[in-house]
Order: sequence, then structure tokens, then C-alpha cells
Amino acid sequence: MDIMPKWVDIIIVPLLSLFLAAFLSALLIIAIGESPIAALNLMIEGTLLRSAGWGYMLYYTTNFIFTGLAVSVAFHAALFNIGGEGQAMIGGLGVALVCLFIPWPHWTLAIVGASIGAAVFGMIWAGLPAYLQAKRGSHIVITTIMFNFIAAGVLNFFLVDVLKPKGSMDPASANFPVSTHLPTFQDIASLFGFEKAFRSAPANVSFFIALLACVAVWYLIWRSPLGYEIRALGKSGPAARYAGVRPVKIIMIAMMISGALCGMMAINTTQGESERLILNFTEGAGFIGIAVALMGRSHPLGVLLAALLFGFLYQGGAELALWTKIPRELIVVIQALVILFTGALSLMVRAPLESFFMSLRKAKE
Amino acid sequence: MTRNPAIELRQISKSFGPVQANKDINISVMPGTIHGIIGENGAGKSTLMSILYGFYKADAGEIFVDGKKISIPDSQAAIAAGIGMVFQHFKLVENFSVLENIVLGAESGALLAPSLSKARTELAELASEYELNVDPDAIIEDIGVGMQQRVEILKALYRQANILILDEPTGVLTPAEADQLFRILKRLREEGKTIILITHKLREIMDITDTVSVMRQGEMTATLKTDDTSPEDLAELMVGRKVLLRVDKTTAKPTKPVLEVQNLSMIDDFGVQRLKNINLTVKAGEILGIAGVAGNGQSELLQVLGGYSAATGVVKLNGSEIDLSTSVSGDGQARRAMGMAHVPEDRQREGLIMDFMAWENAVFGYHREKSNQANKFFMDNNAIRKETEEKMKRFDVRPPNPKLTAKNFSGGNQQKIVLAREIERNPDLLLVGQPTRGVDIGAIEFIHQQIVALRDQGKAILLISVELDEILSLSDRVLVMFDGEIMGERQPANTNEKELGLLMAGVSEKAAQ
Repeated sequence: MDIMPKWVDIIIVPLLSLFLAAFLSALLIIAIGESPIAALNLMIEGTLLRSAGWGYMLYYTTNFIFTGLAVSVAFHAALFNIGGEGQAMIGGLGVALVCLFIPWPHWTLAIVGASIGAAVFGMIWAGLPAYLQAKRGSHIVITTIMFNFIAAGVLNFFLVDVLKPKGSMDPASANFPVSTHLPTFQDIASLFGFEKAFRSAPANVSFFIALLACVAVWYLIWRSPLGYEIRALGKSGPAARYAGVRPVKIIMIAMMISGALCGMMAINTTQGESERLILNFTEGAGFIGIAVALMGRSHPLGVLLAALLFGFLYQGGAELALWTKIPRELIVVIQALVILFTGALSLMVRAPLESFFMSLRKAKE
Repeated sequence: MTRNPAIELRQISKSFGPVQANKDINISVMPGTIHGIIGENGAGKSTLMSILYGFYKADAGEIFVDGKKISIPDSQAAIAAGIGMVFQHFKLVENFSVLENIVLGAESGALLAPSLSKARTELAELASEYELNVDPDAIIEDIGVGMQQRVEILKALYRQANILILDEPTGVLTPAEADQLFRILKRLREEGKTIILITHKLREIMDITDTVSVMRQGEMTATLKTDDTSPEDLAELMVGRKVLLRVDKTTAKPTKPVLEVQNLSMIDDFGVQRLKNINLTVKAGEILGIAGVAGNGQSELLQVLGGYSAATGVVKLNGSEIDLSTSVSGDGQARRAMGMAHVPEDRQREGLIMDFMAWENAVFGYHREKSNQANKFFMDNNAIRKETEEKMKRFDVRPPNPKLTAKNFSGGNQQKIVLAREIERNPDLLLVGQPTRGVDIGAIEFIHQQIVALRDQGKAILLISVELDEILSLSDRVLVMFDGEIMGERQPANTNEKELGLLMAGVSEKAAQ
């Protein structure tokens, strides 16, 4: 029998990890010379108490859902996809090509086209290291990290030499045609007569695509025979072989789905927000996906919740940077602490909980 | 004057989380005797020995050596107390020589040469004293398993062990090697050493021990003089009820060939030829047993037939040829669709996914079959759960809870989940590897009955097992494998362990006759 009830494992352990991370961060804030309570108030005020705050938070959340789901799918196959950053960059390239060179009549069609473009480009970028892993045994962690750098180089090349409009000094593509622009939350709220809601916030309809992706990943992993095979291979390679599951095929498919999800992040950032392709638009979201997947325990619902949390931290962190001496990088510290506690030190959090439940059980007997 | 027991355990208890692995264990072994500890897998034998050797710390209880109370916090302390251990899986450095392995960890100074020469002379003394002859300069990987075991024993003796614990020592030995080991053990007993033998084989207990303790579910259920007991009594004590030690079966009525294997050869990833021109046929309605010491190609044969290793040759299932060329991973699912089922040798590594729930495991390998699909895209999880629960009841899996994770079942129940999955598909051919390895006696009986029942329905069964008893009692025909080759065929009724043992050791057909 498992020692702890399932809900402790799913809810209490991540929350406790988060609490520990928050506690250490609070110490840091004190060291900087600010008040952690005031900082928390500021974060909540700037994020949850204003609709524009929500608009920013959900914009970040959208990115993290895509990258978090991507890392989760790969995790289920026991693959550690650290290449989300690069896959998202190349996905952005896909979005740009689709938006710039295909005349779309309406954004509803454009978003479908851009999603496919982003997914296919991300898929290819993840497919290469996947092939090297599946066929040649090159470790996916090493290759995906290296592919991040290659992706950055590729993006640079395209922006400086190919997509940059003549005469521009800015390494960015031309603006996308208006017909590809996605409605923001502000546009949507205006339809219902709330012109002032979500003012100038970047959150857009791709948030709903991210939610759809959560549902799709849930069905894929827990309902489809393919997801079953992905999980089987992830848990035990020899068993998967015994059952006639082809590891090469599953590694390729899992990584390509992962890459496609990372790539799709670009419909939010590139098509939805900047409306042109720019350098560094990923802003580390590919790496945050790892923290999101770890904290969300590779389950779509958990990923959604963790993505909301990190969206909150990101937006709140921006507020802190704006109004206090606390640098925005503190969010990176908190993120690192969450990874540390949920990933590397999860045993440290679990062990006292387990012994607590043991003593409860003993007391009952 | 009464002598002190060489080793005495009083009220030893140990629990792992909610599992009580040892409960109030009392043992006392007199010097110069061989004491057997017998029990099913999971009865707590290994835990007890790990406590003795300082790997685990007991929650409660006392240990006495020669009447003196000692504590054993680590293996160094155990060695200092004169306790030596020979593990089931040897702890030897493969590319070191015998001498280097013996000295390892017991070097007498900063320089190696004096230790080695001292060990060499001592080894020669030990060898003559106990008839434990080993070439000190041989490299471990070049010598046989029986020899490696001797090195382990010598290692313990070199460290002045007076009490020798052997954990399932005959698991990897041929019957002849086992006999040799027993001669050595008897010799050690004559020299006044105390030996504790842990095993699940009743025959070994009867052959060699002076006293025997039976463990069941973490408790010591009895301690007896071996002369006063019988295998049937011991089995009953182990399981807690009467057990049928022999398999009840009628003579086979084989009909048409189901599996035909011709000139099957296989070379593994390291370029070693594992199978050499195997020819065999399994007919409907018979059990073909393949005997052999572990590691002589039986596993590879199962892997090739099961579809996860490439090979050359011809394999026909129900007359149609199977493609053997698939390199990285074969077509296990296609073969299942052709009527083949496979109970793999290692259920925890291959047969089950330990982190999956029982119902998920119950369709493993068949998960893409129509009956398990709700529609084109998704699996019918509810139906699978329901069916699994019924299957678990039919196969007496305890507890019959399809939502329990596989790792939470006992070995026997895990194996029943695998068997239920494979047998209930009603296959034409069943490949079975080590069907009862690590399975308690009660479940062994049930599993054997299921295999025989399948045979009586006219199915073909290929059985691979390292337990000779099992091969002899289940099979209708026996093939012996050695070094990737079939050494010969025997009828179980007209052969004996000695003859099979010679074949298993690679003594050719002619010489064996």
C-alpha cells in the first residue's frame, strides 16, 4: 500500500514545496531591504486586483501551459525535453512564415494556419534530437540543449538576413498583415460592452487554444492507445519491448508532440502579442515549462494550475521591478527554488510527511 | 558443560513502513552445524540475513555470537564478529583475478604486493584444508559460476569467518555443481564452521541441514530437527496449508505442430552468438520444456520468439512464417494477433509495468485490440477495468482490485495477473519463462494447474525454466540447452536429474550415454 493518501502527494507536497520556496524568497527580499509582505501585497494588487493584471498574467500563463504540456508529454516517455526554448523559437519562425506569406482572409483561419505552421516547425526541431536519441542513442538532454543554441542562431539569421524589411535597423520581421491579428482579451471584453477591461494587456484568444491543448493532452496521455504506449515506454523500456511497442517510434512521436506544443507557444507571443517575429520572444518560457511540468506532476490539470501560478509570479515580478528595488530576476530565483524543491528535493519534503502519516497509521492500529 | 550457540538471535523485529518483515524472530544455531532457513519469497528470510550482516538495523532484538551480545551496525562489524556472507548475486569484480578479489577490502597496508603474497599462501592453506581449489590468478569473468561461488566462500574464510551465511546458493548452479557445493559445506561443517543456508528448495534442506527453521510472513513458524521432518511437512509449514508438491496431469495427446523452429541462430549486440541452429517443434496439446542453467540461451530464445530480438532462421506459427528480421524491436503485437501469448521470464521488468494499475497491465500488449477500444481513437478504460476485475477473480488474484498498482501485489499475484492476461486470450501457443520464479508455493500449485489446463485444451506450450523439478513435473518432452545449443531431448519419465545435469553442463549426448 502507498504510505500517503493520493491527495497528499498531489496537493500537499507541491504546496509545501512552494511554501518553502516562498519562505526562502521572503528571506531574500528582507536581505534586499524590502518587506516581503508589502511585496506580496504589491504582486497581488498588480496581478489579481486589476483586469489588466489578469491580462498580463494569462498571457504568460498561455506560454507556460504550452511549454509545460510539452515537457510533460516528453516526461511521460521518460524523455527530458530541455529544448522547449529552441522549439518555440523555430515555431515562431513557422508562425511568421505562415502569417507573412499566406494571404489570410480572417484571423480565425490565420490562427489555424499559424498553429499548424508553429506545430510543424516545432515538431521538426524536436524530431531531429529525437531521431538522434532513438536511433543513435545521443542523449536527448544534451542534444536538445545544443539545439536551443542552433535555434537561436537560425532565428538570428532569418531575422537579420531574410525576414528583416529593407531599410530597417531592427532585427525583426515586417509586421504581420492586420487580417492575421488575434483578438485580445480587451477586444473580446469590448464585444460585451466592457471597453475598459484588460486594457492594453497582451492576453489573447490563444489562451483558449492552450486550454484546448490541456484537454487534448489529457485525452492523448490517459485515454489513447498511443498515450498508453508512451507511458509504458516511459515506465519500463524492456516491458514496452515485450509488449511489441517500438521504442524508436514512440520516442519520435512523443518528442514531436512535445516540440509541436512548444512551437505553438509562438501563436501567443508572435501572432498574438508582437504581431511580428522578434528576437528572444521566448523569454525563457521553454525552461519555465520544466518547472511547470514538475510542479504540475506532468498532468494537464496540474500543468494548468502551475502555469497560472508562474503567470502570477511573472506578472507580479514585473510589478515588483517597477515599484520596488526588488529586481525582476527574483522571479527566476523563486522559479529555481520551486524546481529545486519539487524536483531535486522532493524527497526532503516527502520524507517528513511520510513519517507523519506513518505515525498516524500506527496510532490508529 | 553446555556450549554456547555459535549465533543466537533473540526477538528480532524489523518493519519497513507498514510491512512487518520480521517479527520476534528467535534462532539459535550450534557451532559445527548446518542450519537451514526456508520460506516463501517475501517471508522475511533475506531481511533477517541483512540484519545479521549489518545492512539493516533491527527495530528490536538482540544478537549473540558465542554467547556474547554484539551489535552489528555495518558489514565491517559483521566480519569482525566472524560472520561471512555469500550472496545470491556474487559481489565480485569481474575483471580482477581471484586473488585480487579475495584481498579487496582486506588489504593489510598501503602497498598491495605484501597483501597479495600473504593472501596467496593463506589461500593455499585454505584450499588444502577445505578442498576449495581455485586458481588464484584466474580472472573472475573467465571462470564458471560454481568457481565464482567458491571465491565468495574463500573471501569469507579469508576474513576469518566462523559463521557462513549462504543466500539461495544453488540458484545458478547445475545439479553437479550444487552437489560439489554441498560437499564443500559438509567439509566446512566438519572443520567446525557454522553454516546458515537460506533456500526455498525443500530438497536441499532435507539433503544437507541438521536443523531447519521455517519462516512465514515475517514470523518463525517452526524450528525442527531435519531428521524429524519431511518435505510435505515443511511445505505445509511454509504455506500454512496442505500443498500438492507434484503436478497432477494425464498423458499428453499431441496433434498438429503449432510452433516450428528451424536453424534459428541469433547474435547479440556484443557480437556473441547466443543461439546456434536451434531446431524444435511444439505440437498442440503438449508442453515442451527447455532445461538449462540460466544464461545458456533460453532467455534469448524467448526474446526471439516473442518478437523483440532479431534472428536468422525459420520460425513458423500455425504453418505461416514469422518475419525474424525486425532489428531494434519486433512485432510483438502482430505475433499476439497470430495466436501467440508470452509469459516473460522477468515479470517485474518485462511482463508488467510496476507503476501501472492492474487494469492497465491486464491489456498490456493487447491494448490496440478492437475489444479494448471504445472507438477509433480511445481505449475503453471502463470496460477494461470491469473485465480485469472478473479476470482477477477467476485467477484468484488477491486483492482483486483492478485499481491497485502492480508493485503493490505480491510476486505470486503479479504472476497471476500476467498469466490471466496471456491465458485468457486463448492463444494457440503460450511461451512461458520461469513461471514460478519468486512465487510462493501456494501460487505455484495454481499456476501449474493453469498451464496444464491450457495444454489439455489442445494448446501448445513452450516452457523455459531453470528449476529442474518444474521442468520434469510439467513437461511432456524435455530439451536441454547449453551455450545456445540444444544438447538433446529426453522424456521426463525416462530420465533423471543426473542425466539432465550432465547435458546442462555441456557434456555431449554421446558422453552422457
